[in-house]
Amino acid sequence: MGVAVLLKQVPDTTAKISISGGRVDEGSITKWSISPYDEYALENAIQLKEAGFGDVVAITCGPARAAKCLTEAAAVGADRLIHILTDSYLDSIQVQSLLSAAVKETGFEVVMCGKQAADTNSGSTGPGLASTLGFSCVGGVTGVSIDGGLAYATRLGPSGLEKVEVGGPCVFTFDKGDSELRRPNVRGIMMAKKKPIDSLLPNDLGIGDSDSMVVIKDHSSPPEKQPGQKFVGSESVPEVVEKLRGEANVI
Amino acid sequence: MSTTVISESNNGTLHPVTAQLVGAASSLGGPITVICPGGVGASDAAKISGVANVISVVGDCFETYDCSAWSKTLSPLVEGELILSSSSAIGRELISSISATKGIPVVQDVTSLKNSFSATRTIYSGKVIEEVSISPPCAISLRVNSFESAADGGSAEVSTVNVSQEVAVAVKQALARASERLDVSEADIIISGGRGMGEPANFSHLNEVADVLGAAVGASRAAVDTWGEIPHSMQVGQTGKTVTPNLYIAVGISGAIQHLAGMRSSKFILAINKDPEAPIFGVADYGIVSTWEDALPVLKEQLIELLSN
Repeated sequence: MGVAVLLKQVPDTTAKISISGGRVDEGSITKWSISPYDEYALENAIQLKEAGFGDVVAITCGPARAAKCLTEAAAVGADRLIHILTDSYLDSIQVQSLLSAAVKETGFEVVMCGKQAADTNSGSTGPGLASTLGFSCVGGVTGVSIDGGLAYATRLGPSGLEKVEVGGPCVFTFDKGDSELRRPNVRGIMMAKKKPIDSLLPNDLGIGDSDSMVVIKDHSSPPEKQPGQKFVGSESVPEVVEKLRGEANVI
Repeated sequence: MSTTVISESNNGTLHPVTAQLVGAASSLGGPITVICPGGVGASDAAKISGVANVISVVGDCFETYDCSAWSKTLSPLVEGELILSSSSAIGRELISSISATKGIPVVQDVTSLKNSFSATRTIYSGKVIEEVSISPPCAISLRVNSFESAADGGSAEVSTVNVSQEVAVAVKQALARASERLDVSEADIIISGGRGMGEPANFSHLNEVADVLGAAVGASRAAVDTWGEIPHSMQVGQTGKTVTPNLYIAVGISGAIQHLAGMRSSKFILAINKDPEAPIFGVADYGIVSTWEDALPVLKEQLIELLSN
């Protein structure tokens, strides 16, 4: 019994992203953080632990720098840390096979992660991992509780906000919820520094080398906006409305 | 190139993005099959020009949205070298799940696509444009309103497949009905409010303008974080939604970097802010230095007059 939480380390959302030689210049990124939606997954997993639902295992996949997000997770209560060390760009299938191997290793049947990561904004990992593992997937949840072997999740579904019941193994992907994210205390931070990290290479998980089927060709900055027209006072509104139709042709 | 399009539905009807998916597939050539989960909109999908076949997939599992059950039901019916879906929340989940089942890679939220394949998308919530190459067989979700719709006038054959599938997800309680308002990620026009609106009740003034324009109402992160009444589903920007409407109207939004990332690719931006130095004016095509209290009533009145003619 327990929860496997998947964390991705991404540039902090306040970080400036610069591009050099057609690629995002990772070296110039000054602050890396746990992807925001993953933080809600972690918070919910810790709440389940406090309610008696076993250990929390935090899993990340990425280069050496990503170990920091596991230590941050340990500081708020993660019990075991698994780092799958990878250095190159991975496609969705590669990411999912690595993470599914790590989840299988924990033996846990509840997996939590963010609905999408703040860098690629894709959202492929949760539902794809669920397919790979043969688990169910409930996406965009804001809270999960477990009672009598069944999970209850609040999600924004097609017909509105609803509470759903899930039986069996499941991957939950988190949206921003109402939960206040806990901050680590000093003791937590000190303990986390001593917490060992299981660093695994793909081979340790039985995953052989493969080439990414998706290849990045170029990164570029969005075109700069030309300076616009500025008006002062509400008396200019009629003129601007006229331009929205005549010049911009958008209304 | 043979393509399977997973149709998108909206309140029991075919969502217009489906014709955009077909339009994108048509530009690549080859036969196009449209799969309609739950059979929703199958007869309308058959009328989209360029569609060769429509598969209407029906069964008990489509009564509730269960990503895994839907994916298990649809996957065996999905064939071809390319799978396309919308990059809506459900579209992304389904195509992730189906592509994983088939062991093929997926690229999400693509805004332009060239033959076999160079796909363009934004990452870091709009701060960077990424171009990737990917070879068939593969799966790609497309952003709403980024591709030309295929025309009407098709007459594809519709076949119906009835599948029985176990479901693991059951709705126990409806907590709140879905907003009747258009979602910001799908709207041609968005009017968003920031903390400059003063209090959440004042968003009613944005709703009134939105009603005149048929627009969606959005919000800045500051507004969502400050006021519990403004749901996160309305948030535009990093950690919210990245949007590219034809017209984005920012009211009382100063223009933090996270917000600008999510909306700067809008075709036209109108900013209304009382602070002439607000960064939002740096990306606005039209800027009005005014309080919203002064500007919004005039804006509403002018729009009503213009649109009633």
